[in-house]
Amino acid sequence: MKLDFTLNGRKISDEVTADTVLLDFLRAHGCYSVKRGCETANCGMCTVLVEGRPMLSCAVPAMRINGKNVTTLEGLQAEATEFAGFMADQGADQCGFCNPGFIMNVLAMLNELNDFSEENVRAYLAGNLCRCTGFASQHRAIAAYLEYKRKVGVAQ
Amino acid sequence: MRYKNYVMPATLEEAWTLNQKKSSRILGGTLWLRMSSLSFSTAIDLSGLGLDKIEDTGDEICIGCMTSLHDIEVSNTINSLCGGAAREALRSIVGVQFRNCATLGGSLYPRFGFSDVLTLFMALDADVELYKAGRMPICEFAARSHGRDILTHVIIKKRPMRVCYLSQRNSKTDFPVLTCAVSELEGRMFCCVGARPLRAARFERAADVSDTEFAEYVQRSATFGGNMRASADYRRHIAGVLVRRGCAAIRRDSK
Repeated sequence: MKLDFTLNGRKISDEVTADTVLLDFLRAHGCYSVKRGCETANCGMCTVLVEGRPMLSCAVPAMRINGKNVTTLEGLQAEATEFAGFMADQGADQCGFCNPGFIMNVLAMLNELNDFSEENVRAYLAGNLCRCTGFASQHRAIAAYLEYKRKVGVAQ
Repeated sequence: MRYKNYVMPATLEEAWTLNQKKSSRILGGTLWLRMSSLSFSTAIDLSGLGLDKIEDTGDEICIGCMTSLHDIEVSNTINSLCGGAAREALRSIVGVQFRNCATLGGSLYPRFGFSDVLTLFMALDADVELYKAGRMPICEFAARSHGRDILTHVIIKKRPMRVCYLSQRNSKTDFPVLTCAVSELEGRMFCCVGARPLRAARFERAADVSDTEFAEYVQRSATFGGNMRASADYRRHIAGVLVRRGCAAIRRDSK
């Protein structure tokens, strides 16, 4: 089947089998940040933005994104690098496997939430699992990042 | 899950006709379906029919079957009517990304025995609109066999209501061990108990009974089962606690 969509600002047109899921298509097109960490749509490692909304690419039929805009970490290098610095400052990177999905959801959160209380942040990121840490270092990194964003006037 | 053909119908009639074949399946969020070993011929995607909207029609709120659970969770239209019960019911379902994929129709049509969504909409006394069978109360829909109709909308009648949604989970974002929604609608009080782990069931509170008596009635009347998350006895005990808490919360609200 013919699939046309925009991936990280670039038009993509390719043939897919009917039951291809978005995750497999993206990896086949070089987006190796998108990973399958579980088989139950629970881990959040395959998070991508579809029309700006965070979604689990392991569950999205590739054909469903026909004509839409998809963004992966590869398309958000500047934002990801900025946030990754705060993660590194807190030693939040351990094995690093969950980082891309986590960063994608943090960036989605920044766009969607107005109130960045700890409760809201934890609730928003509950679908991103990390098996190395207890999430404390990530949340310190987010707090520092949000403080930085407030200073530069992005997050209120 | 494997399928050979993917079709995005342009009309509901086309989708319904395709779905009459046993080898067809309608796709919701494909979160549950994807974990099955099902192999079928045609996947029907309703994404092209504009059924992903929450519309306030004046007397009612009409929610399309392809609306994501996250859209319902954050909808001011819905939450202002039910006092935030929709937010409370949906917020623990895995994560935001999951709820952006999961659809209302995909959550309701299979009448899952673990469903927060079915429990919520039964408590709201919603109606469902089926393409061929028409509109019916969700309790009637829940009791029917699956069939091959298409759930197109869920409709909430706008009227004063008080709703308290509670659930018990072994860990955050896991399947619920038990769901319990107590609602007061036009002077009548109901309790919906789901994840028993059977599909949700609704019980009406008789006049002049205490919270404890109502809770005991639910404990006696509902069927509870055991699975890897909890035993039937544990669920029955928890049901009593949650029904009492729900009733107390409704009373607090009404003061």
